[in-house]
Amino acid sequence: MNDRHIILRVISKFLIPIIVVYALYVQFHGDYGPGGGFQAGVIMAVAIILYSLIFGVPAALEAIPAGFARGLASIGLLLYAGVGIWAMMNGGDYLDYDFLVEEEEGGHAGQHLGIILIELGVLFTVAGAMVTIFYAFAGRVAEIRDEDW
Amino acid sequence: MNVGTALISVGLLTMLFVIAVAIVRMRNLFAIVMLSGTYSLISAAWFVALDAVDVAFTEAAVGAGISTALMLGAMLLTSRTAKVERSLASLAPLLVCIATGAMLIYATIDLPALGSVTSPVNAYVGAEYLARTESDIGVPNVVTAVLASYRGFDTLGETAVIFAAGISVALLLGFGERSLTASMKDKSGRGRKL
Repeated sequence: MNDRHIILRVISKFLIPIIVVYALYVQFHGDYGPGGGFQAGVIMAVAIILYSLIFGVPAALEAIPAGFARGLASIGLLLYAGVGIWAMMNGGDYLDYDFLVEEEEGGHAGQHLGIILIELGVLFTVAGAMVTIFYAFAGRVAEIRDEDW
Repeated sequence: MNVGTALISVGLLTMLFVIAVAIVRMRNLFAIVMLSGTYSLISAAWFVALDAVDVAFTEAAVGAGISTALMLGAMLLTSRTAKVERSLASLAPLLVCIATGAMLIYATIDLPALGSVTSPVNAYVGAEYLARTESDIGVPNVVTAVLASYRGFDTLGETAVIFAAGISVALLLGFGERSLTASMKDKSGRGRKL
């Protein structure tokens, strides 16, 4: 496959970094426009999946090992649940972000911090889980055969 | 709904209908996967026409993006063409579809007009969220405020569901690296290139 599909390889080499940057934009702009952790995680996973479709799953496994993807998914869920525990330790209800930081009445620093942290958790879990699912499927067939295109 | 939106809606829905009919009539799985990705992309465009940008974004990313890639991965594990079914056997699903469709169309007669301020969606808890987000959360996007803060516990559950789905597929189909080395060993007789 590597000596063929040169247009696909060149274009995706150019597109994959842009897709990753766009995922980060969707992630951190979620407070202001459409988007958030779910969409950003999926877009991030699509960048990795595109890479493995074009350059082969072994190359993708070298860049993002399957164990890393699984670990990322677990860390994301723990981060999300941990923010809830943190709020409880500060005397609030579970996931009540107002208690994350000390601030005067009507301040929004705690809400902003909580939303950013849990959206990061969602990003990690969604990206990790999607890449894990893709590896489980694609790990069985090395690459798309030429006659399938 | 003004005339422009109505025209765009009718155009996009016609395209969706044509794609759906094409998918039903096709037997080549690769083409079906690609067409279902197109179907998701056009529904995303339709959601934008209905002012549901967050839903459209999710549909484009999940439906057109990741589902297509995952379906491709699943397709590679099976055969390339669907079996031809006997025409009589597909009569029962057709009747079920027509009956469900007729009931759904009958139900839409009672629906409020699109964007009506008195509709239940906009009147009760929705209006409450719109009014209070600015002072409670301080985030301009109300959808994010509802998902991440007001309904943070629900989103935690959704995240846990996605995590469980990923882990279950990995447990059922095998973790990527191990099954990959196994499948590479199978092919070593035939050579690396297919």
